[in-house]
Amino acid sequence: MRTELAPEEDALTEGGAADTGDDDALHRRLGLTDDEYTRIVEILGRTPEPAELAMYSVMWSEHCSYKSSRIHLRRFPTEAPWVVVGPGENAGVIDLGDGWLAAFRIESHNHPSYVEPYQGAATGVGGILRDVFTMGARPIALWDQIRFGPLDNPRNRYLFSGVVSGISGYGNAVGVPTVGGELAFDECYSGNPLVNVMCLGILRREQLVLGTAGEPGNIAVLLGAATGRDGIGGASILASASFDEESATMRPSVQVGDPFEEKKLIEACLELYERDLVVGVQDLGAAGLSCASAEPAARAGAGMDLDLDAVHVREPGMTAPELLMSESQERMMAFVDPSKVDEVLAVAEKWEVAASVVGEVTEGTRLRVEHRGEVVADIPAASLTDDAPRYERPIGEPAWMEDLWSNRFKHMSAPEVGPTLLRLLDDPSIASAAWVYEQYDHMLFLNTIVGPGHDGNLLRIKGTDKAIAVSTDGNGRLCYLDPRRGAARIVYEAALNVAMTGARPKAIVDNLNFGNPEKPEVMWQFRETVEGISEACEALGIPVVGGNVSFYNETDGIDIYPTPVVGLVGVADPYPSRPPRLDRAEAGMDLWLAGPAEATGLAGSSFEKVVYGHVGGRPGAPDATAATAAVDLAVGLVAAELSPCLHDISDGGLAVAVAEIAIASGVGARVDYSDWRHLFSEDPHRFLFASDPGHRERIEELAAAVGASVTRIGEFGGESLMFDRGAKRDIVDLAEAGTAYREALPRRLS
Amino acid sequence: MSRIAVVVFPGSNCELDAQWALRGLGAEAELVWHRETDLSGFDGVVLPGGFAHGDYLRAGAIARFSPVMSAVTEMAETGRPVVGICNGFQILCEAGLLPGALIANRDLRFICRPVEVEVIDTDTVLTATVEPGTVVTLPLSSYEGQLTDPTGTARVVARYVEDVNGSQDRAAAIANEAGNVVGIMPHPERSSEEILGSADGRVLLESLVAATEKIPA
Repeated sequence: MRTELAPEEDALTEGGAADTGDDDALHRRLGLTDDEYTRIVEILGRTPEPAELAMYSVMWSEHCSYKSSRIHLRRFPTEAPWVVVGPGENAGVIDLGDGWLAAFRIESHNHPSYVEPYQGAATGVGGILRDVFTMGARPIALWDQIRFGPLDNPRNRYLFSGVVSGISGYGNAVGVPTVGGELAFDECYSGNPLVNVMCLGILRREQLVLGTAGEPGNIAVLLGAATGRDGIGGASILASASFDEESATMRPSVQVGDPFEEKKLIEACLELYERDLVVGVQDLGAAGLSCASAEPAARAGAGMDLDLDAVHVREPGMTAPELLMSESQERMMAFVDPSKVDEVLAVAEKWEVAASVVGEVTEGTRLRVEHRGEVVADIPAASLTDDAPRYERPIGEPAWMEDLWSNRFKHMSAPEVGPTLLRLLDDPSIASAAWVYEQYDHMLFLNTIVGPGHDGNLLRIKGTDKAIAVSTDGNGRLCYLDPRRGAARIVYEAALNVAMTGARPKAIVDNLNFGNPEKPEVMWQFRETVEGISEACEALGIPVVGGNVSFYNETDGIDIYPTPVVGLVGVADPYPSRPPRLDRAEAGMDLWLAGPAEATGLAGSSFEKVVYGHVGGRPGAPDATAATAAVDLAVGLVAAELSPCLHDISDGGLAVAVAEIAIASGVGARVDYSDWRHLFSEDPHRFLFASDPGHRERIEELAAAVGASVTRIGEFGGESLMFDRGAKRDIVDLAEAGTAYREALPRRLS
Repeated sequence: MSRIAVVVFPGSNCELDAQWALRGLGAEAELVWHRETDLSGFDGVVLPGGFAHGDYLRAGAIARFSPVMSAVTEMAETGRPVVGICNGFQILCEAGLLPGALIANRDLRFICRPVEVEVIDTDTVLTATVEPGTVVTLPLSSYEGQLTDPTGTARVVARYVEDVNGSQDRAAAIANEAGNVVGIMPHPERSSEEILGSADGRVLLESLVAATEKIPA
């Protein structure tokens, strides 16, 4: 396909020839198929104008319309008494009690970050913030989930440090703390890094704003940055197509971020909400003005007149299609009662935010766009959203699954525990991510009471007893080996992480990163993943309130591992006065294992991957009963102040989990084990915790009450890590373990 | 009760935190927009952290021209407490109320983590109630946090225990000669409660509040 779309002024002005045999036909260059073109002709009853084609191309893009995924996403459980806004709006919203709401969303910026890592990641942050403050919420925290190819490749180092700089540069300057996230490396992301970002905001119930245009007569006010030619066709071209060596030529499709503009825009919008000056708001992210006019009009069941000549622009001579498709960042569309327009413009002036009156909500259903005195588009507004194609893509279980599952690693003998542990601690996907998160402001707003470097994060709401817990989790390798089990396991892991802060899991958002949906194997992975997430959510009694689908994560025909990432939100009310942390284990405390005695197995584990380079076998099925009991137990332990330190058993298994506690707390530990496999198995329904020996009886009573099992497997003390199997003892010096863990990233990047 | 102005520039982001921490100490802390030109109703002023005017050109370089800065200068000249935290420190240097300048950290990376700081000069509005030699743990959160002062006149109020960013004399905070204008790079307001990991910053903010209470009405 042609990619050199954006900069040439004439590229979008040629007629939309219906000549379907011509590769240069405008609709094809815009990423529309011939069938989609025919459908547009049917809707309009005539040949579309270039501006109209431009609008359909972005709104019907995979990125905006979810045309390949929508029929599967219906499977998600989406209801619970505390859901205020479910999927379909800019962000999901849940009720935290006492009039407080939380709005949150997760998004991907994978392809832009590959083409231009700094700006790609930066504008990903900007975009997700707008999704959240569009709902009336003040964004209070960000989480980044980033995945790259191995760091021994200079290109991957460039992408990694560029993305981290972009998140740091934008997030810090826009003034929203990045309090956690995920970092993983695998060969499958070399040609296609994943850059996901989640944002959470809080608001009072009366401030909730929806993306509706409201009544006819309302005025559309465009706020924020001037519209330019940057980011034209990002949704349709960048986000909705696969990659090859030519992708660098797509750089003009990546937007350029300006966190200062966004900061002013946030404050201006929050003042508009506080003073009740707007009826609805829609952000201009992917699909730009097309989306910001069509979606609110469609939601309101109204039409709209849009005047492109009124749009404040960065450069002269922009064509109507360019104006409609531009993804210039830091813009919002507000819908305002005519009597309040002057006040809205005054608020914008105060915050030094540019504003123009660009349209009016009309009776009927037509979206009419004028430019230079001519009507350049006149289409049913809802046809851009509701009539977008839905594809029931062919699904086929990959032929390779049987081979993958039978390809179990044959462990001939027990590994040397000490060297194995040191090797795992030095793995960049397991090691300390401090090099990353110390570049992010993670403390702003004084809400962060459990910050980065922990399984879950806890943010208080000042002036209340409530705190919001969040954990974001993914595991591409597990999902590759079994998408359904892998997806369920990451949901359980996230729930447990949230529970270990003392909070009850409430809802998730998900970001589904997949390969090319035109391949039946990819759609099978997708369907299985949706099923796995749904099963786990049902077992936990929590809904999916929003999310994002990112397809076409393939480069040169090679798909990434199916990589769903979930962001799970929980609530602690009241929050613990001394929240558990990894650095709160002390000499003399017991080390407990919570959960079934049997580990899940080593298929898909970091152990097999890091030590033997093996990816095969079928990961164990998650145990829903044990997982929900683990959640109950963790919440109970924290509420009863029976443990100051809890930790999940994820990447690297129990041995790594013990080491992480010991390193953070600066105290050694001794562990009894019977089977070395239990040291390296990763189990979403098991966790470790430290506790004062005086609490033994109460811990056992609590475990019995919630149907969980607990076992004392050792104690803290000394200056080394000791692993005992009968009389056999392996010893790892704690300082050496700490150095391996802390230096893994810096030494690879220096 | 003393009234402290917390100035909000476009791009400031620590104003609510500074206000929260000062109010927690019983002070009356009010947000003041940067276009305000009269601070006569206030006993002291805090320039909070953030990215005033986007920190474009150079951190603080545009903020020094904000209308409020002439009133801030007047406060400084009349001996009232003027404290700049992080970006506020950068603005005070750019405005010439403190010597030197803040340049990018030695390793050219943003640094956000708690650091140990030793208070060495207790004759300023931010440290008057602190014992000399007290070591406090305060969160650092800055990219342009390295003090450079070719004039060598900077009066160092507090030093990093370890050299974290290349700052001259390991300076974490400096003052003017009178001790009423203080710039500090780490954030005392972020360590004002135990639940945040440290309450070490309280003692500094208490000093500031006490200093504003001494101002004759």
